[in-house]
Amino acid sequence: MSNPSAPRGGGRLADNIAYFARALRQAGLPVGPGAVLDALAAVEAARIGTREDFYWTLHAVFVKRHEHSILFDQAFRIFWRRRALIEKLIAQMSPIAPGGPEEKKPQAGALRVAEALATPRQEPPKPVETTEFSARLTVSDREVLKAKDFAQMSAAEIARAKRLIAEMALPHDEVTTRRFLPDPRGRRIDPRRTFRRSLRGGGAAIDLAYRSAAVRHAPVVALVDISGSMAEYSRLFLHFLHAIAEKRRRVHSFVFATRLTNISRELASRDPDEALARASKRVQDWEGGTRIAHALHDFNRHWSRRVLGQGAIVLLFTDGLEREVTRELTFEMDRLKRSCRRLIWLNPLLRFDAFEARAAGIRAMLPHVDEFRPIHSLASMEQLCRALSGEPSRLSAPRQWLGAS
Amino acid sequence: MADRPGSIDETLSLLQGAGYVADRPLATVLFLALKLGRPLFLEGEAGVGKTEIAKVLAAALGRRLIRLQCYEGLDVASAVYEWNYAGQMMAIRLAEASGAVDRDALESDLFSERYLVKRPLLQALESDIAGAPVLLIDELDRTDEAFEAFLLEVLSDFQITIPELGTIKAEHPPIVVITSNRTREIHDALKRRCLYHWVDYPDAEREIAILRSRVPNVPERLSQEIVAFVQAIRKEDLFKAPGVAETLDWASALVELDAVALDPALVSDTLGVLLKYQDDIQKMQGSRAKEMLDRIRESLRTAE
Repeated sequence: MSNPSAPRGGGRLADNIAYFARALRQAGLPVGPGAVLDALAAVEAARIGTREDFYWTLHAVFVKRHEHSILFDQAFRIFWRRRALIEKLIAQMSPIAPGGPEEKKPQAGALRVAEALATPRQEPPKPVETTEFSARLTVSDREVLKAKDFAQMSAAEIARAKRLIAEMALPHDEVTTRRFLPDPRGRRIDPRRTFRRSLRGGGAAIDLAYRSAAVRHAPVVALVDISGSMAEYSRLFLHFLHAIAEKRRRVHSFVFATRLTNISRELASRDPDEALARASKRVQDWEGGTRIAHALHDFNRHWSRRVLGQGAIVLLFTDGLEREVTRELTFEMDRLKRSCRRLIWLNPLLRFDAFEARAAGIRAMLPHVDEFRPIHSLASMEQLCRALSGEPSRLSAPRQWLGAS
Repeated sequence: MADRPGSIDETLSLLQGAGYVADRPLATVLFLALKLGRPLFLEGEAGVGKTEIAKVLAAALGRRLIRLQCYEGLDVASAVYEWNYAGQMMAIRLAEASGAVDRDALESDLFSERYLVKRPLLQALESDIAGAPVLLIDELDRTDEAFEAFLLEVLSDFQITIPELGTIKAEHPPIVVITSNRTREIHDALKRRCLYHWVDYPDAEREIAILRSRVPNVPERLSQEIVAFVQAIRKEDLFKAPGVAETLDWASALVELDAVALDPALVSDTLGVLLKYQDDIQKMQGSRAKEMLDRIRESLRTAE
């Protein structure tokens, strides 16, 4: 499988790079066949002299995200571990010292590659999964790591959910962009189209064309509490997030109990059951304790600047039952509110008619949300969509709940 | 006009000569971008010198620098080209006044280069006496996806299609540098066409070298203390760690204040140059700064 564009004597190199690319793919890097050709061209261009140069040359081609650097580093170390392999390849490529007679037969080389390849297969760093079953419904900051299986949704249910989401209108959902679209009832003149139209008639009469600013949906960022006390809603939330991610383009989903996990990519899978299975595999702290402040801190520090741009709406699904209420919680809530356009808190505790904002966590968080959406039953997607639609009612003002008790 | 560097070492010394202290990974990726004619995609925190790389590259190679600053709503009319409508209207009136209106001739005349207003991307495709220009697409994460999609054609084939004129292709492709602060993820399709590099904060040794090269009038002792302090502060749990740009600003500020060494009061007073968030400043002020300063002094003394 020697490549026509590979350098002289580069058959081995081409093979090795292809194998290396395959190892990277297995470790989870999106490496396409095009990248292998690029890597060959790059290695040829760089005329590598040292191991470090070789490393950074391949890095430049294969790594497209900062997070992947670590994976690449490990894969590189394991794959090219046999020092002789790199040095030989370098010697082969060097125009000055053309390698000398090959000491080993091709089979030996292939064997080495096979060995090198076998290691990363077992190696991809898997976080140690501690599985511990403890159905605690109390609020605690103990970290409970737990896997979760969801009952699947029927086709009729899915169709219904999609319809509901399509009808749902989040408050303050539309953002006016600075782009323009042709609009016969627009108020601004579109010079380019006006001119082209006028020219059609020889330029004698000017036929004005109008345009107006384009409108798009605001990005949605969902922060979902999946701790023990919220367990009965997890499935609903995940289906909601999947459906909304399919309907709109920019939806970022995060779940947290004791740690924050970004599941946007997992939810992007077309099939809802597959998406949910992938997401639940990714998340390790189903129905654990709650550490809201900690999760918000993580979000603010690592994600807010990356996902809250362009006027994002934040949907916060949590009951607000934090065991220890510290200043950190108010601080992080405040920061979150100040970095997004609208912060909407949906609290299922409001299903109890006599709900009052008594819990310290709720009282600490309330002043920092734009809207506090009451919901009387959170058993169905319909209720959820209805709660999120429409203009804020009198009940949704956070002040009203603070004053009540 | 300087030639393109022939090796990684030459790239390093080229940057060094222009006053940019690069590390070897950066030099490698830059060399590859030049050699393979691929766009270079630089990502990293604000103030680590991403934009500077393009500027220095243009200066060192003696090429023209064309800068496209991105913002939300950036459209084709302000990034690529626009027709000079007023000029075209005038041409029509003049043709009418002279009496002879040949429609075909008029139309081909109206949509010619004469009435084309060229914006940065189109300018970058033009040939230049000094060689292909350096095209800097700055802070790409600030635009929306629509513009990104448009860039795909420009970056893979170095050509632009203008419906009225046809396709304009660059004779010599420009050297493209794209920067992003990662306020959102850039689409994979665009990244695939580029060589990617994450520009990180420099280590202490390199930061001292940068400081020496950029602010030469800082006393040796002070520059060591400044760099040690900044390096220590980056390890703290801050919302926004200071970048190299802040280090340089701070050094200039301290020189203006005629400082020869850091002291806690001076640090507290000038912390606003280094940190830009009130809670970060609060965290670092007072005893915390003094504590850090003492530790730095200690380690500098033992190093001597």
